[in-house]
Amino acid sequence: MSDTIVSLPDQSTARIPKVNFITKENGLLSWLLTGDHKRIAVLYLISLSFFFFIGGALAGLIRLELLTPQTDLMATDTYNKVFTMHGVIMIFFFLVPSVPATLGNFLIPLMIGAKDLALPKINLLSWYLYIAGGLLAIYTMATGGVDTGWTFTTPLSTHYVNTNVLTTGLAVFIAGFSSIFTGLNFIVTIHKMRCPGMTWFRMPLFVWAHYAASILMVLGTPVVAIAIVLVALERTIGIGVFDPTKGGDPILFQHLFWFYSHPAVYIMILPGMGVISETISTFSRKRVFGYTAVAFSSVAIAVFGFFVWAHHMFIMGISNYSVLVFSLLTMLVAVPSAIKIFNWTFTLYKGSITFETPMLYTFGFMGLFTIGGLTGIFLGTSGTDIHLTETYFIVAHFHFVMVGGMLMAFLAGIHFWWPKMTGRMYPEKISQLAAVVTFIGFNFTFFPQFILGTLGMPRRYASYPPEFQVLNVFSTAGATILGVGYLLPVLYLTWSLKYGEIAGNNPWQATGLEWQTQSPPLTENFLETPIMDHEAYDYEWLENQKEKEVASVG
Amino acid sequence: MSDSTAIAHGAHDAPEHGHEAHPPYLRHHFENVEQQADAAGFAMWLFLLTEVMFFGGLFTAYLIYRNWYYPAFVAASHQLNIFWGTLNTLLLISSSFTMAMGVWCAEVRKKSGLVLCLVLTFILGIGFLGIKTIEYKEKFEKNHIPGAHYSLNSFLNPDSDDAAKAAGDKPLPLDMARHTEVYFSLYFAMTGMHALHMIIGIAILGFMIYRAQAGAYTAGHVTFVENFGLYWHFVDIVWIFLFPLLYLISRHANT
Amino acid sequence: MTDQKEMEEAQHHVVSPTVYVVIFLALLVFTALTVGASYVEMGIFNPIAAILIACVKAVIVVLFFMHVKYSSKLTKLTVFCGLFTFLALIGMTLADYISRAWGRW
Repeated sequence: MSDTIVSLPDQSTARIPKVNFITKENGLLSWLLTGDHKRIAVLYLISLSFFFFIGGALAGLIRLELLTPQTDLMATDTYNKVFTMHGVIMIFFFLVPSVPATLGNFLIPLMIGAKDLALPKINLLSWYLYIAGGLLAIYTMATGGVDTGWTFTTPLSTHYVNTNVLTTGLAVFIAGFSSIFTGLNFIVTIHKMRCPGMTWFRMPLFVWAHYAASILMVLGTPVVAIAIVLVALERTIGIGVFDPTKGGDPILFQHLFWFYSHPAVYIMILPGMGVISETISTFSRKRVFGYTAVAFSSVAIAVFGFFVWAHHMFIMGISNYSVLVFSLLTMLVAVPSAIKIFNWTFTLYKGSITFETPMLYTFGFMGLFTIGGLTGIFLGTSGTDIHLTETYFIVAHFHFVMVGGMLMAFLAGIHFWWPKMTGRMYPEKISQLAAVVTFIGFNFTFFPQFILGTLGMPRRYASYPPEFQVLNVFSTAGATILGVGYLLPVLYLTWSLKYGEIAGNNPWQATGLEWQTQSPPLTENFLETPIMDHEAYDYEWLENQKEKEVASVG
Repeated sequence: MSDSTAIAHGAHDAPEHGHEAHPPYLRHHFENVEQQADAAGFAMWLFLLTEVMFFGGLFTAYLIYRNWYYPAFVAASHQLNIFWGTLNTLLLISSSFTMAMGVWCAEVRKKSGLVLCLVLTFILGIGFLGIKTIEYKEKFEKNHIPGAHYSLNSFLNPDSDDAAKAAGDKPLPLDMARHTEVYFSLYFAMTGMHALHMIIGIAILGFMIYRAQAGAYTAGHVTFVENFGLYWHFVDIVWIFLFPLLYLISRHANT
Repeated sequence: MTDQKEMEEAQHHVVSPTVYVVIFLALLVFTALTVGASYVEMGIFNPIAAILIACVKAVIVVLFFMHVKYSSKLTKLTVFCGLFTFLALIGMTLADYISRAWGRW
């Protein structure tokens, strides 16, 4: 029993295939005007990384300020701008597009045996919209930022601030369309372009997860779009729809905003969960336990996710009856997520587990997402939410699910499919180190914040009572470690592009159609339309394939 | 590759296929024309779903404020001209009819019929926008556009206003009169958003008339016309709801 | 394979102009009906009638002008999902506003 499943071709003779999607055409325009889903995925990966580090820098500034109880690093107004832009960029320009636009775009056609997504031009448009929105967001920061919090709560955002609410709103509006078009594309592709034999229940769970997330993108995003339009109209011509003096209701904005923004968190996490299904199966050498349950739970999360939005508004003035109903529904939405965690755990049971980097991130996900999810239950219980809301408990909760959960899943996915996308392996030891550093840094950063929250430290405050300083210092120290953990992959992944080992078709010996093609894949993905004649995660089929194959590379 | 299990029978063989073997409008990532048309139609329906949710926010706002400020909404809706509103409804319904006929013409490959239907749809759409302009202009003149110049006069003194007088309105108390501004905010937001969608539709219609004249849609490839038809009917449906909600709140006297 | 057959049927089925004319006339009739109804005092039934008539008009446009009656199950499901989410948005938000008036328990 070896301690790794990695199986690379003979490095002395192995070469990257001469014809692949990267080498097919040259020149900047061939990338900027491409219809190839894989090239668009790479474009997204580069731009997403860029925005991630901007958001990360803003996070660094937040933690620096919070080292001391006083507002000594920056003015309070500036601090407000920093955390607002951190939220806006991380959510709309990193987390929402992260896995779908990079891994989803790259892999979904490969996984279902198609040559491309259904609407390649719309796919490219999606990227351009993302870039336009992102540039507008940067412009906003350069011209003074916005300080309302990423939630743009009215009437603060409509009546009481002088900052760039309109431009930020426009940036988010545009990015929203990018998201809508990506989701639309995925839904059409998954319904209409599966190869012969690829029934719904033979698809990888990664595809199911993206399908569910896409439904949320298509149905939820337009509502936040109209909320932003109304804020813009309110700010410019004072239409009165959120203005109490004119008879409007500020809470209406929150209803419209959270109708999207709650499903948005599922848009963010579901694709990550899709990645985890793939990695946990591969690194336990076992099919995912309860495939049907995991598939249906993805859709269940999507459906239930539409009915819980007001749990963000428990203290805002909604009726007690609404509080009751939404609290109950929030308990229900936790169930499908829990089902997934249980199924993944049962996948591990009696599996042949190895600890390559994607698996390290996967274990990190399992633990941290579970903690984050459980704390969500405390928040869904309206009685405790009254005390914990708007404190650091919330901040810790969503960072556990989003960073400890989603971002770890994203990194797991990037590492898992890096050999497929680039044809090269990343260096294993340093990547494992980075994963561990990230995990340690993460816990140091965000676990103290749970305690701070229960002790009563409010969120979005630049100053705090001195007795909270120790925990804040811990948190900032953790953030520094976390930063190192995120910087390392950028360095070694870039290094691996030139110096990494040649990966071959299937270095992980994973199931899935994407692993049956060359690395990097051809532009048209497959020379012949594949025929799917086995179930998903069928490791016996893989064994048979290996016996039939003649080992050859190049 | 086993053709019998393929999802659809490809019109071309694998490696060397000449472009005579399949229509030029078949994109290479699709197996055949049916799959492409099917995918395009499905994509258009999904896009319409996003539009439904987009307008959904506005309808939510409308229903809430109508519930809260019913007298203000009644009085404000009397300011809308029911003749223009009904005429607009008839124009749009007719344009939906001509559009549906246009799709039929494309399907049975009647080029001149298609062009005629598209032109009629275009004209009816322009007519709708023309009437909307008249209505908006009237609102502007009466200072019923929300914002700095909004005037409560028509609601505080209904006798000074033709429309209010004709409807037999009583003067509203000051705070309720103020809420008429919310009605007009929603009126302009909803009809404005609707008009924006009409303008985009009409622009695309213009392009389509040009292409239809060149025979692009009557050679068996009706996807574009069909999907545009879906869009156009959707815009009609939005108006089908806007009309009673905005114009017909209560036209019976003495409410 | 039923997906395949459904898809081909949906694409090849041509709705006849007669149907369109009938629907067009029906829409005109319903429009007249809804305008007329707004002049009649019916209390709570005024808004109900208006919404109902609008719904009927919308349904016949969707089924016949937009061909949904002759479309695949997927198309019908898609329309349903849109409607469902739309109603969820309106329904649950309105439920909050209406229940505010009920006060504390």
